[in-house]
Amino acid sequence: MASSMSHRQTRRGPFGHRGPGAMRGMRVEKARDVRGTLLRLSTYLRPFTPALVLVVFLIVLSTALGVLGPYLLGMAVDQFGNPSGLLRVTLFMLGAYVLSWLAQVGQNYIMATVMQKALRTVRRDLFEHLQLLSLRFFDRQPHGELMSRLTNDIDAINRALSQGITQLVSNLLSLVGVLVAMFTLNLWLALGSLTVLPLMVLLTLAVAKRTFEGFRRLQMQLGQLNGMMEETFSGQRVVRAFGQEAAAIEAFDRNNVAVRDTGIQTMVLTLLIPPMMTVLSNADIAVVAGLGGWLALRGMATVGTIVTFIGYARKFAQPLRHLANLYNSVQAALAGAERVFEIIDEQPELVDVPDATALDDIKGEVVFDHVSFHYVPDVPVLKDVSLTAQPGRTIALVGPTGAGKTTMVNLLTRFYDIQDGAIRVDGRDIRKIQKRSLRQELGIVLQDTFLFSDTVMENIRYGRLDASDEECIEAARLANADQFIRQLPQGYQTELSERGSNLSQGQRQLLAIARAVLTDPGILILDEATSSVDTRTEVRIQEALLRLMEGRTSFVIAHRLSTIRNADKVLVINEGRIIERGTHEELLAQRGFYYNLYMSQFKGTNM
Amino acid sequence: MQRILRFLKPYRRDSILALLLMVAMTAADLATPGLVQRIIDLGIAQNNMTVVRNTTLLMLGAGVVSALLTVGNSVLSVRVTQHFAADLRSALFRRVQSFSFGNLDHLQTGQLMVRLTSDVNQVQQIVLMSLRILTRAPLLLLGSFGLMILTSPQLALIMAALIPATTGMVLVFVAKGRPLFLEVQRKLDKLNTVLQENLAGVRVVKAFVRGDHENARFDAANTDLMGQTIKVIRLFAILVPTLFLFINLGMVAVVWFGGQRVIHETLTTGQVVAFVNYLLSTIFPLLLMGMMVNILSAAQASVHRILEVLDSAPEVQNRPGACTLSDMKGRVAFENVCFSYNHDCSEPVLNSISLVAEPGETVAILGATGSGKSSLIHLIPRFYDVTSGQITIDGTDVRDVTLESLRPHIGVALQDAVLFSGSIRDNIRYGRADATDEEVIAAAKAAQAHDFIVDFPGGYDTQIGQRGVNLSGGQKQRIAIARALLIRPRILILDDSTSSVDVETEAKIEAALEQLMADRTSFVIAQRVSTVLRADKIVVLERGQIAAVGTHSDLMASSPIYQEIYESQLGDGGGPNG
Repeated sequence: MASSMSHRQTRRGPFGHRGPGAMRGMRVEKARDVRGTLLRLSTYLRPFTPALVLVVFLIVLSTALGVLGPYLLGMAVDQFGNPSGLLRVTLFMLGAYVLSWLAQVGQNYIMATVMQKALRTVRRDLFEHLQLLSLRFFDRQPHGELMSRLTNDIDAINRALSQGITQLVSNLLSLVGVLVAMFTLNLWLALGSLTVLPLMVLLTLAVAKRTFEGFRRLQMQLGQLNGMMEETFSGQRVVRAFGQEAAAIEAFDRNNVAVRDTGIQTMVLTLLIPPMMTVLSNADIAVVAGLGGWLALRGMATVGTIVTFIGYARKFAQPLRHLANLYNSVQAALAGAERVFEIIDEQPELVDVPDATALDDIKGEVVFDHVSFHYVPDVPVLKDVSLTAQPGRTIALVGPTGAGKTTMVNLLTRFYDIQDGAIRVDGRDIRKIQKRSLRQELGIVLQDTFLFSDTVMENIRYGRLDASDEECIEAARLANADQFIRQLPQGYQTELSERGSNLSQGQRQLLAIARAVLTDPGILILDEATSSVDTRTEVRIQEALLRLMEGRTSFVIAHRLSTIRNADKVLVINEGRIIERGTHEELLAQRGFYYNLYMSQFKGTNM
Repeated sequence: MQRILRFLKPYRRDSILALLLMVAMTAADLATPGLVQRIIDLGIAQNNMTVVRNTTLLMLGAGVVSALLTVGNSVLSVRVTQHFAADLRSALFRRVQSFSFGNLDHLQTGQLMVRLTSDVNQVQQIVLMSLRILTRAPLLLLGSFGLMILTSPQLALIMAALIPATTGMVLVFVAKGRPLFLEVQRKLDKLNTVLQENLAGVRVVKAFVRGDHENARFDAANTDLMGQTIKVIRLFAILVPTLFLFINLGMVAVVWFGGQRVIHETLTTGQVVAFVNYLLSTIFPLLLMGMMVNILSAAQASVHRILEVLDSAPEVQNRPGACTLSDMKGRVAFENVCFSYNHDCSEPVLNSISLVAEPGETVAILGATGSGKSSLIHLIPRFYDVTSGQITIDGTDVRDVTLESLRPHIGVALQDAVLFSGSIRDNIRYGRADATDEEVIAAAKAAQAHDFIVDFPGGYDTQIGQRGVNLSGGQKQRIAIARALLIRPRILILDDSTSSVDVETEAKIEAALEQLMADRTSFVIAQRVSTVLRADKIVVLERGQIAAVGTHSDLMASSPIYQEIYESQLGDGGGPNG
């Protein structure tokens, strides 16, 4: 359910900019290696160099025209006595504004395409790389966390990139342009106007510095609140069953108030910036008007110049306000990018060796040759395990929870690589076989059947993508699933909801078996389910499985007596070792571990 | 929306004050162009330095006042909205705490999280914006317009053309944009679904070597999203520059016509300049009002989702006049109970169930999936209420006692052993925070959890990871059982809670329970026949009805269904012969 949570957090517009103080799931984190991350991000933009050059040109153009605007306005005011001059300036203004419009629309258009394409590439790289990573990686990384990288972090990059680059460039340019224009036009007025500037800069910096810390704390507290809520909600039934609502509310209140109070502190400061900028630019206008008036009276400035400077005073506040906002969002984007690259840089643990070959025409002989394995160093899971499965035989793996049965299956499929010994299929070390070709020959029915939100038909077809509808239905029939599927509202076309929650566990298992039937594997691996399936469905499942196992080498993590009895060989595993092996009868006769395990199931029966 | 705004009530004074401050701020803003006009026309043109100086000081004064008002407005509006959001979250959370299982069936964790986080944020944003800028925009627009008319009615005619044009354009874009935005959201959801399933089903993907297939699926969703996003951005890429263009065109017109009038001396330079400044003041409110429509419609959806939670009445509540249950002996009786999740007994999940469990008895419940086993035991602690009939404990209808006094007597280990992050000790102690360490250990021992717990390096202080990832299914179940035992319940309910525990351990748990629960009533749901053999009563459920009741030997003699189940699990009629 962690994943469904992060899923939700991304329900935001693709470029929804909600002001600096928006309480969003975004972390304001500092990137560690700013330069490296920027360089790396820029590689995603490299294919679009010509377009970006054009964009920069358009930005320069529109910014220059923007700086020109107030100047022309001032000129026009000074031409109020001169009809022909006024006409000329007015036409200039018209031309400048239309051109500026074209340049802005053009740059927005091009940037939209470039940025979205670049983002698509980042997303694709990340996803494709995920497909290469081994299970060890997924064991380590909580799913919610991964989801968040593909959604929230990319969203943060998106937010900064889609507006950031153009804004950064145009704001800096416009700041410089305005300064140059002011000093060229009138030194004294320029100096006068700049008296307010330090105030603006200082204010922005002071607030940015303070809020940065505040936001960090706010994000942390929000994280705690969300974590607390999610855990409570997903365990809500337990909370109610044990009557712990008051304790939950108390914990919630603590977190909720912390978020609220930090929120007030941080947001007040942040939200002060925009209106304060307006106030300061009004003050700037006052200074310009007053000083300008004084200068005009001494013939050192025209009314037009004053008008121009008033225009610049308005323009000044804008870039500063934007730059302050940008600082936060660029930081967040860089931190996001860093987290995304972290995953892309993750080494796929199991890569095919260069001379790996395909496995064709499998007979199905499987050998474990003195295999040892651990997930975590110093905690061995399998110790010196050896076994041979002849083609077509059924091997039952029996033992208590945590004995290492599932691990053996994970090793045969090369979800993990062993540390010692060798596993061979048809005499060939599986590390020398292409993973893809190996797994294609292995049919796996896991205890927890995973279904995709798609139709029943497509879920079966997952076993072999080129199978026809008829083949899928035939597979379902062989798996004893056809009957219940036909009773579903839309039969094979019924849409399954998330994780197939509209089917019972038994039905989901039948679908998994149908999948495996369709795959037609050389070797079959079954993790026999134990719980939550009623006995009649169980009988159907057993029947289907027996049919599936016929003629294939099968490994069954067995919980059912009938499976164990039918197996050609029973391996009893305890604490990572095979401690007993033989047929059911032989093992009973040994009166060892298996005998006890078996007897405990029947203790109390008087048969 | 009004119903949500009720949460603003406690902060009404602050909200109104914030709004008033904003009106004052806007007035100060609007004064600037007029004052500039004074400087130009009365100061510079009349060669009057005093006017220039005084007016400048007036403007600076207005700036200072405006700054103070801004601070006031920001502090007030932020405080109001943060309190508002916290109160709203709190109301939602408290509501969820009162939910019964029936409510929770409809609202899953993910959905609840959306409502408490992003939905509350949406609404919070709207309130904040209303208190700060949203109300300011129309004021600024109207004020500017009014002052333009005052300055020069003739020039204001230009505005008469400009305003409908800009407003019209904004409306057209908004109308065009909304369906596009919604589509982006859908595409985003699609992408996330692919991603989420890929992560959740990573074993299946790898086992079936479907990496390429998954890449293709993702790529399709990814490209779709990109295309749609580009469409939206492009639409709005035109909007903003065009709005500016309109305003600028208006300015050109003002300069041209105004300039003519200055030449003919029907207007002063200062008036034209003031007019231009008013015109520039209208850009921002226009833009804002364009955005507002989208934000509002998003907030509307959020409000709806929030109310959905707040309006869900807990399905199980204390009856008025419900009494407190003090001592319990533990005699549980089902009297002709019918139960249906949709409160309609024509399609019952349980039908005419009558059953008595005497104090100290162990009742085992067997039956197919969907036969109603879990539903049956969920009725005892009132996770759901019966649809008809009644359940009594020691002769009192469970609906006549308060939930708070009923549940502490009932220990439940549910099918899905949910643990919380924290130490193992805290998890076992969950139901009784004041339990001593000895009691915790005793409960763990009975649940056969003690041995593996002390094997952990941290022992009972071992931190349990997210959803108990560092424990096996069987270990989680055993901790959940210990948790249920610790509250020393009069009635113990085990809902298939040993399914992941191996047979041997399960037998040990049973033996321990037999002693521990000697004078208490237990209900045990199990799949394995071996689990239920020793029960005082075995209830076989079939399609919501009791198909057979009795001890193992009774049922072996009389119930074909029970025999069938037994056979299928313990093999071809034979048992161990050694």
